[in-house]
Amino acid sequence: MSIKANANVQDAAYTSFYHDAFVRLKRDKIAIACLVFIVLLILVAIFAPLIAPYPEGFQDTSAILAGPSSKHWLGTDEFGRDILTRIIYGSRISLSVGLIAEAIAVTIGVFLGALAGYYGGKIDAVISRIIEIFASFPHILFAIVIMFVLGTGVINVFLAIGFVGWTGIARIIRAQVMQLKEKEFVEAARASGGSDLKIILRHLIPNCLSTIIVVVTMAIPSDIMYEASLSFLGLGVQPPVSSWGEMISMARKYLRTNPTYSVFPGIALVLTVLAFNLLGDALRDALDPKLKNL
Amino acid sequence: MLKFTLRRLYQTIIVLLGVTLVTFTMVNVVPGDPVAVMLQKKADDATINRIRDQMGLNDPLPAQYFRFLTNAVTGDFGNSYFQKKPVMELILRAFSVTGTLAVLVLAFAITLGVLMGTLAAVFRGKWVDRVIMMISTLGMAAPSFWLAIILQLIFGLTLKWLPISGLRQPSAYIMPSVALGMIYAASLARLTRTNILDAMNQDYIRTARSKGVGEFFVVAKHAFKNAGIPILTYLGTLIKSILGGSVLVETIFSINGLGKLLVEAIMKRDIPIIQGCTVYIAAVFVIANLLIDLTYGLFDPRIRVAGPAKR
Repeated sequence: MSIKANANVQDAAYTSFYHDAFVRLKRDKIAIACLVFIVLLILVAIFAPLIAPYPEGFQDTSAILAGPSSKHWLGTDEFGRDILTRIIYGSRISLSVGLIAEAIAVTIGVFLGALAGYYGGKIDAVISRIIEIFASFPHILFAIVIMFVLGTGVINVFLAIGFVGWTGIARIIRAQVMQLKEKEFVEAARASGGSDLKIILRHLIPNCLSTIIVVVTMAIPSDIMYEASLSFLGLGVQPPVSSWGEMISMARKYLRTNPTYSVFPGIALVLTVLAFNLLGDALRDALDPKLKNL
Repeated sequence: MLKFTLRRLYQTIIVLLGVTLVTFTMVNVVPGDPVAVMLQKKADDATINRIRDQMGLNDPLPAQYFRFLTNAVTGDFGNSYFQKKPVMELILRAFSVTGTLAVLVLAFAITLGVLMGTLAAVFRGKWVDRVIMMISTLGMAAPSFWLAIILQLIFGLTLKWLPISGLRQPSAYIMPSVALGMIYAASLARLTRTNILDAMNQDYIRTARSKGVGEFFVVAKHAFKNAGIPILTYLGTLIKSILGGSVLVETIFSINGLGKLLVEAIMKRDIPIIQGCTVYIAAVFVIANLLIDLTYGLFDPRIRVAGPAKR
């Protein structure tokens, strides 16, 4: 019974902590604007077939590489495909990379970081060296080599970017678990017979949740950029699937004839990355000001 | 300090071994026979097998790794499948280009970033601060490859001030350096601002002020020097990101550097080059990081005696 009561007290402390953070976040107008933008973008991605002015892959042969007009608001590409339509469909790739790749990175990073921080000693030394080894490769370069190993395609892009991004979060979680494991509530859990696994999963990781939220929000824009970079190099998402990076890469060839072609997908990319960056900053200030130098 | 140096050296060697192992494992699990790729399917199975034997590709993987490692230590990454030249020769030639570019990017990013960050900190809350922070927020969101194209569009095609590709004249370095360096200048500006503001709240700044030291010297001498450590720490990551980011910028500006060498090798499945480039770039970062760790002492006498607390 007492354990249950304890959990309730902890829950209450939790709710008020997140409630306070939410109140702090709500006061930040820029953060709210970014949140609204991101929610809208998610809706656009989900309802792309309803919102896009043309079906995906539709080719208007009467307008090849046309500039912006009333028929094609942002112009058309070399196959006569509507650029606005492709940008709308491209948001699906960018957002799902942010979601899926980051989920992979967080799973690996939190798991290894928590193990290293909790056990310390030899386990920590081994995991820390592994983190250091994987962190020695520039992210984009490592992602390129992984794409070479796995081959191109959407799923492989998720895997590559997820597998590249886990070292940062592993380091942060390791440091945090190291501090947390000395706290009384962990000792209490251990005294009442909790196994190591249970302590890590039920007590330590939930206590790192605010940090995880901040780190994830700040990592999503990098993931989106890595996807765009891979697709730009021709190693990521393959045509005819629309990706902002792939569009910019194609547009490069028509810089002289249709300069706006390369500008618009880039603006979509910049705005999305900007929104996530600013939201990440605000979340950090609201949830975990200690992570200032991130 | 000696103990710290030795421990860092030991860790560096372990990490470098790990880097070679990870790279070797990755490129060797790729499906497809490199010899078949190299001979472009023009050879029969017996010939392919004979060449595989000659190249040692039929040996067990641990033996191949050991050979790769012992050769890599002497700077030998094997020969390119297609260019028929030692990989190290190709890497060194490409690195002289990428290295020059990286130094320019670093110089651009640090100069602009530290200057803007200091200005923002000094004029905290004023319009100067707001404008600098706004530009840096935008700068952090613009991917280098898109920025490069926009610069090409404006300064290359429209104004015709700068060449849009190659590196034939010194002015050709400007656009690649700016395109790649902008994002780092932006994050350095933010980092510098935060750290100078932090340092300004410290006791020794109050002491300096109470002694009558002018505001300029307070910032230039005390705050600046103490804001230097986080920036120095960031330098390692910066070098790593620049070497990675050069892949994109080199592709756009047709610069024959390490990044372009790697991307072309990937397109052709030239495994020795992929392997060599990856290990080389990671090694440059690992060694740069070691040197950075060993220079902390110059900034902070406490570290000079005891060694950095972290790591």
